[in-house]
Amino acid sequence: MAQADAGNADLMQDASGQMVTADGVPLKQSLKRAERRRKLVALGLVTPLLLFLLVVFIFPIGQMMWRSVDNPQVVNALPLTLEALEGWDGQGLPGEEVYAALASDFRTDMERPRRDQFSGPLGVRLNYELSAARGAVARTVRNVPDFEPPYKEAFLDSHRLWGDVSLWRVIQREGRPLTSAYYVAALDRQFDDDGNIVLRDENRRIYINLYIRTLGLSVAITVLTILLGFPIAYYMSILPMRYSNLLMIFVLLPFWTSLLVRTTAWIVLLQQQGVINESLIAVGIIDDSGRFSLMYNMWGTIIAMTHILLPFMVLPLYSVMRTIPPSYMRAAKSLGATPFTAFRKVYLPQTLPGIGAGAVLVFIISIGYYITPALVGGQSGRMISNEIARHMQQSLNWGLAAALGTILLIGVLVLYWVYNRLVGAQNLKLG
Amino acid sequence: MSMKKLSILAGGVAAAAITAGAYAQEPVSLTIVSWGGAYTQSQVRAYHEPYMEANPHVTIINDDGSANALAGLRAQSQAGNVTWDLVDMLPSDAQLACDEGIILPIDHDEMLAAAPDGTPASEDFLPGSLGECFIPQIVYSTILAYNTDLFPEDAQPDSIEALFDVENYPGRRALQDRPGTNLEWALYADGVAPEDIYDVLATPEGQDRAFAKLDTIKEHIVFWTEGAQAPQLLADGEVVMATGYNGRIFDAAQVEGQPFEIIWDGQIVEWDGWVVPADGQNIDAVMEYLYFATDTQRLADQAKFISYGPARASSAPLVGEHADLGIDMNEHMPTNPDNYFSPIVLDNDFWTDYGDELRERFANWMLQ
Amino acid sequence: MLKTADGVTEQGHVCFDNVQKSYDGETLVVKNLNLDIARGEFLTMLGPSGSGKTTCLMMLAGFESATFGEIRLDGQRIDNVAPHKRGIGMVFQNYALFPHMTVAENLAFPLRVRKMGAADVETRVQRALDMVELSEFGARMPAQLSGGQQQRVAVARALVFEPQLVLMDEPLGALDKNLREQMQYEIKHIHDQLGVTVVYVTHDQTEALTMSNRIAVFNDGKVQQLASPPDLYERPENAFVAAFIGENNKLMGKVEAIDGDTCKVVLDNGDKVTALKVNVGAVGDRTTLSLRPERVVIAPEGSADLDNVFEAEVRELIYLGDHIRTRVKVCGNDEFIVKVPNSSHSPDLARGAKVRIGWITQDCRALDA
Repeated sequence: MAQADAGNADLMQDASGQMVTADGVPLKQSLKRAERRRKLVALGLVTPLLLFLLVVFIFPIGQMMWRSVDNPQVVNALPLTLEALEGWDGQGLPGEEVYAALASDFRTDMERPRRDQFSGPLGVRLNYELSAARGAVARTVRNVPDFEPPYKEAFLDSHRLWGDVSLWRVIQREGRPLTSAYYVAALDRQFDDDGNIVLRDENRRIYINLYIRTLGLSVAITVLTILLGFPIAYYMSILPMRYSNLLMIFVLLPFWTSLLVRTTAWIVLLQQQGVINESLIAVGIIDDSGRFSLMYNMWGTIIAMTHILLPFMVLPLYSVMRTIPPSYMRAAKSLGATPFTAFRKVYLPQTLPGIGAGAVLVFIISIGYYITPALVGGQSGRMISNEIARHMQQSLNWGLAAALGTILLIGVLVLYWVYNRLVGAQNLKLG
Repeated sequence: MSMKKLSILAGGVAAAAITAGAYAQEPVSLTIVSWGGAYTQSQVRAYHEPYMEANPHVTIINDDGSANALAGLRAQSQAGNVTWDLVDMLPSDAQLACDEGIILPIDHDEMLAAAPDGTPASEDFLPGSLGECFIPQIVYSTILAYNTDLFPEDAQPDSIEALFDVENYPGRRALQDRPGTNLEWALYADGVAPEDIYDVLATPEGQDRAFAKLDTIKEHIVFWTEGAQAPQLLADGEVVMATGYNGRIFDAAQVEGQPFEIIWDGQIVEWDGWVVPADGQNIDAVMEYLYFATDTQRLADQAKFISYGPARASSAPLVGEHADLGIDMNEHMPTNPDNYFSPIVLDNDFWTDYGDELRERFANWMLQ
Repeated sequence: MLKTADGVTEQGHVCFDNVQKSYDGETLVVKNLNLDIARGEFLTMLGPSGSGKTTCLMMLAGFESATFGEIRLDGQRIDNVAPHKRGIGMVFQNYALFPHMTVAENLAFPLRVRKMGAADVETRVQRALDMVELSEFGARMPAQLSGGQQQRVAVARALVFEPQLVLMDEPLGALDKNLREQMQYEIKHIHDQLGVTVVYVTHDQTEALTMSNRIAVFNDGKVQQLASPPDLYERPENAFVAAFIGENNKLMGKVEAIDGDTCKVVLDNGDKVTALKVNVGAVGDRTTLSLRPERVVIAPEGSADLDNVFEAEVRELIYLGDHIRTRVKVCGNDEFIVKVPNSSHSPDLARGAKVRIGWITQDCRALDA
């Protein structure tokens, strides 16, 4: 206390020994007041971005994750049936009371205005789990008003699936507001008759392979961009500004060309009758029957994406290399290191933040890329995002698309966490 | 300007219009969604332009969104902001949209023109083509086409079997990257009669059989996604034969002069047509337009610009020459008896039921 | 080649022999450099920027190649030897300490690349740290050190592998004045202790005068004068050196007569001065007279022992403690500086006062124009 007094000769103490300012307000309180203003200003500056992110980023991602487990279709369409099914043991067809409840549910649904009917979505939902279930619903529901008891018979006559135990198991399993079914499917698994999660038939497994391939392709693309980007970034960093800017334009050119122009250019170059193959034949390296397949396969994806993503590697590398004075290499050499040792021990470690930033950028972007693989990747160059896009746009199975997307998101976060443990995110340098 | 003056002015304009022999109508602009490219052009010339000429108050805006029409309809309906007035889509998607109530049910006889001889619309449209919410315009087919330059003159392919015969017809083939059409052809080439194909395909054994047939040419396949890719791959010499839409191949061969030939054997026939979004903002105007655009003459007119067959029986005799090329379009129609000798009619019910499962299996097969 | 006291010709440690350097093929940045540096010598290359001194250092280190001529180290040509094989220590202007290595790792670097055993490395690193009084700092990263400490590490690193020759490229340029002076003594001290040959580049003449055995003054790609610090200061051989080293009064004129070691010069305003003939050609040539301000005295009336005495007018007085810097107008030169010692018998001066000033012939050097 004595020290504090000496240090704050201008401050006074109140009766309880608290520091007070000249007007008698406790010091801590006035400090807090002064700070509060500053915090409000800071908050005001960040709020627009926060709101923006909330609306266009956090909210859609939350929506996506919600969709991957949201399962309202069966619950909405078949409340009475589900109630009646509660007593069913899953063995043998359910009894008449369940079919009666189903008829009653369908009748209720038919009385709703068309666009509020639940049977359409119900059919679509059931069909994800069991082929032909949509047909069973669609072809039965309009006839239900004419059904007479016993209903079981009427349903069995209407469509064979009503007599299939698996359909009832699906209805019972999916008769809950939340489901794991999309994740089960996204991991190439399915429910067996006892409700256990098992691997799918071998000829229906897709996604695990696609995830692995996506990872492999992304790693390959990342490594390629490093190998190609490093020398050019180094060269630009030692050139005078004037020339390095010119080179930079060439590196950035892919950014400024429309996707269609680029795709056309790749086709002209890479196809079997394309410039590369023709040149190789003209030079005599390959013969006419030995043409390389450079597109509509994995190579197409790798080549095209490496091209597109190269700037994301070159820019951080360049910005890091610019800040490394040539004297480090000179110092290393003067200390007796061969040029290679000097590069490996002195230069390379200093570019690691750039390599790390570039690699994370390229890797994460390529994991989510789908337009280019769709155009030049053929089948073996397809990535998981193509499958997600297909489910979003064509098969319209948004639940599965959401589950696939969520798994991808989690995968990326895990990889980022691993990266952070290994390299340290603070070592990222984006420019 | 006061309300009074405004109403006087409006009354004056209306009176002037009436004296001019027409009745004033609010200007209306219709957003019509279709497939883009040559197909939209054929609709513009056969339907939109004559309609706008006769109805100056109507403006038609083209939107090339049909490839993702169902997703678009759902999104607009959920957002409560339906900006599309009329959508060109496939019957399978139309059925889904219809079940979901996001497009309007159609009373075909009430809303559509009868044939010139008085046959009601429901009887004039080709059997099985009308849907609950769907008005067909054309019959298109997916066919196998080849580049005549790439085969010797005495060994040109002439049937679907050629697609699976890499020994006699070597070279890469372009197939669409989905199970539909490919599985049908695999069974057809394996000896299944067109009318039995879907029954066989509904059984696990039939599916295995189809995939086994596809396996025989797997390493010779290049897959395409967009309709425009098939003629492009053929033209570039990347493939020797390709499956594709007959209109696209016709365009490339006749308009661009590419050396393409169509194999009508086993052509897979499907409809394409209109649906009306349930909460469109100009439903009355759209219905007027539809009455005009789906009449016998208009459907026949469309065939002047693209080689798809009109969906009305009464239009067939009216099909004439191509508007620009002057060639007789009848021989390029999928429905021409000379071409319609072994058609496979696409079964939408089958694909609705088995599509999810077979798509997964097909994707898996492509990955292997 | 150096001549030793007993007249035997000895091979210098470093020898530049007719070295030329051009970057663009049109102009020479180093013109016919001939320079011998003795073993154990502290030689400073001093000059303004662009004078070619750094280029010379870089050629010696191997980071630039000579366009023409030979550079020899211990009598061996090194023009074609890669930098890392030359075994020359170097201290850089920005220290060039590897930022991703600790201080100890930095010091160990030259030893490790020489494949020295771990124990040996440790001893040597510790010894080097002790030498620069940073014994406790081995585990720190360079960024955690002050500028002076970084500089000492850089010097230690350049010496730790015991090179015979150490190059220093403006190593103190980034330090503040006090630290710089202290480091000058430390470097000099280390040099004396180890006996290595040091080639030191700087543009700071004080630094050069303080530390060097000899100084090579560079200008325009040429060595203007190579001499010990006292020689360079007191006996500059040309107008550039006179002006560049220390403070200098300049009087312009024409040689009127030459008489042995001295000459008579008519200044541009008509005054006549007797000066030491150092670097003038024939009678009639223009010349620059150089005169150090501290060698000029304010002469009381009738003082006889000065050869040159002139009437001057005091223009400005600046009090600097130990002396008073006095600007006067004399012989037509408005910028003539006289340092008047601050002693009890110095005359009281006031602005505008007329005084007589003078100097002896030996202190006034007639140089090139």
